[in-house]
Amino acid sequence: MSWRSCFYFLRAAHKTLYTLQEQLGLLGRSGIRPSSTMAQTVTPILSVLPTRGLVDEKFKVALENLPPRFPVTLHSLHQSEDKDYWEAFGYYVSDDRGRVTVSEDASLGGTYKGVEPMGLLWSMHPVPGSRTGLRLRKMDVQSPMVVLISAYKGHAFEGFREQPPLASALTERWYMAPGVQRIDIREGGVIGTIFIPPGPGPFPGVLDMWGGGGGLVEYRSALLASHGFVSLALDYLSPKVAVADDQSLVYFEKAFNIIQQHPQVIKDRVGICGLCLGASVTLNVAAYSESVSPRCCVCISGSHVLPAAKSLSYVINDGYKHMDKLLVDEQNRMVWRHAILPITTNPDEKLDMGRIKCPLLLVNGDDDQSKATVESAEDIAKMMRAAGNEHLLTTLNYHDAGHLIEPPYTPHFRASNFIIQHLQQKVLVLWGGKTKPHADAQEDSWQKILSFLREHLYPCPSSSIPQAKL
Amino acid sequence: MKTWVSNRQSTMETNLWRLLLSVQPSRGLVDEKFSVRVQNAPPAHPLTMHALLHSEDGDTWEAFGHYVTDSGGDVNVSEDPSLGGTYDGVEPMGLLWSLRPAPGSRPGLRFRKRDAQTPMQVRLSVYQGHQSEGFMDRAVLASVMVERWYMAPGVRRVNITEGGVTGTLFLPPGPGPFPGLMDLWGGGGGLVEYRPALLASHGFASLALDYLKQADVKNEYFEDAYRVLQQHPQVCKNRIGLVGLSFGSSVALKMSVYSNVIQPRCIVCVSGSHIHAAGSRLKKTRYNEENQVIWRDLLLPVPTDLSKKVDVGRLQCPLLLVVGEDDQNWPVPESADDMREMMEGAGNSHLLTVLSYPRAGHLIEPPYSPHCRAGTFMAAGSRKKFIALWGGEVAPHSRAQEDAWRKTLDFLRENLYCSAD
Repeated sequence: MSWRSCFYFLRAAHKTLYTLQEQLGLLGRSGIRPSSTMAQTVTPILSVLPTRGLVDEKFKVALENLPPRFPVTLHSLHQSEDKDYWEAFGYYVSDDRGRVTVSEDASLGGTYKGVEPMGLLWSMHPVPGSRTGLRLRKMDVQSPMVVLISAYKGHAFEGFREQPPLASALTERWYMAPGVQRIDIREGGVIGTIFIPPGPGPFPGVLDMWGGGGGLVEYRSALLASHGFVSLALDYLSPKVAVADDQSLVYFEKAFNIIQQHPQVIKDRVGICGLCLGASVTLNVAAYSESVSPRCCVCISGSHVLPAAKSLSYVINDGYKHMDKLLVDEQNRMVWRHAILPITTNPDEKLDMGRIKCPLLLVNGDDDQSKATVESAEDIAKMMRAAGNEHLLTTLNYHDAGHLIEPPYTPHFRASNFIIQHLQQKVLVLWGGKTKPHADAQEDSWQKILSFLREHLYPCPSSSIPQAKL
Repeated sequence: MKTWVSNRQSTMETNLWRLLLSVQPSRGLVDEKFSVRVQNAPPAHPLTMHALLHSEDGDTWEAFGHYVTDSGGDVNVSEDPSLGGTYDGVEPMGLLWSLRPAPGSRPGLRFRKRDAQTPMQVRLSVYQGHQSEGFMDRAVLASVMVERWYMAPGVRRVNITEGGVTGTLFLPPGPGPFPGLMDLWGGGGGLVEYRPALLASHGFASLALDYLKQADVKNEYFEDAYRVLQQHPQVCKNRIGLVGLSFGSSVALKMSVYSNVIQPRCIVCVSGSHIHAAGSRLKKTRYNEENQVIWRDLLLPVPTDLSKKVDVGRLQCPLLLVVGEDDQNWPVPESADDMREMMEGAGNSHLLTVLSYPRAGHLIEPPYSPHCRAGTFMAAGSRKKFIALWGGEVAPHSRAQEDAWRKTLDFLRENLYCSAD
């Protein structure tokens, strides 16, 4: 089966949910034809449950009705919004009853090994022949990621695509739970998207900031809303936002207020979550804002080594000043982690972490090649210990995880293309991380981030508070 | 968008705890179980779990159960008992199968999804205390939306209009070929798509057949439909079964025994009879105290004359009969007994499996959808509406639906997927 026919099948199968007519022309009479021997032999049954899940939900993939001890390859295929194809596969052998149960049986090889219920998702990589430096990100969160799971005869890593699969199933992976509302925010110069959970509320809120790549990345916010948090994905680096030259924190304070003032948000239960540069902004606001006080903060792959009260563009440009410390490895990938090493002892060159007044969760990978986050975290702990507020700090360090610690079960990539915004220059950046440990880190850290946010932002029942009458 | 009864003000004043309501999966197939959990409430706290569904006809259906949180402030509907409501006891899916028309609804309602391509949208909510009425006027503590789908992703819906046959074919995702099913609904007529859509989601190319448009449909129509299914390039021509409900079951039995074209590999007859309907004695219609029509006596007593019933002794393929013992619409238990006797006499009773459910009624449908003990019925081609008594009590009928569906799928898989040629 060529990629083209895979694509048409995938597109047609997905569109079935929304329109009828397309698939009549694409499949059925004139479409994919099974091999003639199939009509006489039993066919295996492939199931994926749930058929439609949230991105962070586990699924169960199972094959039945195979001959006993039969080698099969389970294969996943996804076409990204950028039109690239991503795939993963595992080699299995059916048991005596002719079954393969991915959540219980070990993959003997492929893009993942061992008992890995979600391996078909997190071990995906671009198919051979793809463009280089790809990164898989869902920009339209109102539609699902559609993944085609197929079973093929035998164990192969190529060439098996030339044969039709034994069976296929389609599964949807959603960032938005049913009932979550998505609303564009264009208020007082603030640009972002707010996601509101279903129900009357009121809910806790989260200000969510992505990294130095800029733009409006919504998927983590959508997923947070699916877990009961009103979440604002903030655009703070695009030219139209023009905040980069702003020396104050006003833009972020305005964004924080938008969440707080929302009729469905509990005013004193708003936190901030940031990744990379977003994490640095988070620390800056938490330490120095005089008008907003986040109830808690989550900083993923971030650092406090940036001068306070300087504009973002200063901070970003400053980083590039240390060119002698910015390496390019043998595969032409930018390695930026040394830029802030060794961690400065000059207090003017980093945020005063003694000023943090709320619980802080740091999530880092020790194979982060883009930023020296582990070293930063150690220095943060030192500063907070000296200031007497270390009890607020929790640090999660993941061995062999890289920089881009995202919601779980989405692919890991060690390096990808990155556009340096203010230089408008495209480079290949080494993020780091090894696939399996990075995938484990994503799964574990996401659960811990959700627990942390719930613990601090969801008001808890206390025996001393009388039950309220509604 | 629904306007919520405002509870924010009182919440903010009293700093009320905010509980977390979660349902997994939030988008499931109609026959998939879900897990409903409440967390972060005070311990030993009374709560009401509530489900709300708006049908395509604009009617409102609701269900509810009364719970008390455990020492951790949690409720897990899959493990904790409901202490009362529209269902009680430990019932993971009670919020769906005990759905009933909201107070003030039109009488005789039956929940059926006409558009099989869109999901049922159920709103699950938590209320303070143990409430039994007036839900729309009360403040909700938390609420989520749940989607319940008849079609798995990738299932394709194809209109069939060839050779004079009218129907809808549902194809599973994948290259196939797949075993095929001809799905024959009951005497209400029309094109009922949700069961074949769900069957396709389980790997069977399923043809929903519209066969009651004319008063006297010819046998050739069914044979033509069977051929259309057989000849589809993604259907295994010699792995086709028949699934019938009510009158459709009778058709399935008749065709399988007497037709040379229709040679199914297996048959499932839900709430059916082998007794020919023609010649049924209308004057045997009975009415209960609520003036609901009981038609089960029309075909009774079971005739001994072979010309008045299908000679199931001649059946050559496995037959699964699904029987509701409280069926008030057809004499299904009596027919099943007679079929067993005939097949034992003919020596082919090893082909027969009977699933018999006490206190289940006539409309044994895919699981976790509302039960209808009596509902508006209009026979195909007629304009007269009745309230027919289908029978069955909510909890036993719902258990029957769950068990029968699972066993039906196992039966179909065993006979159409697994059996050797």
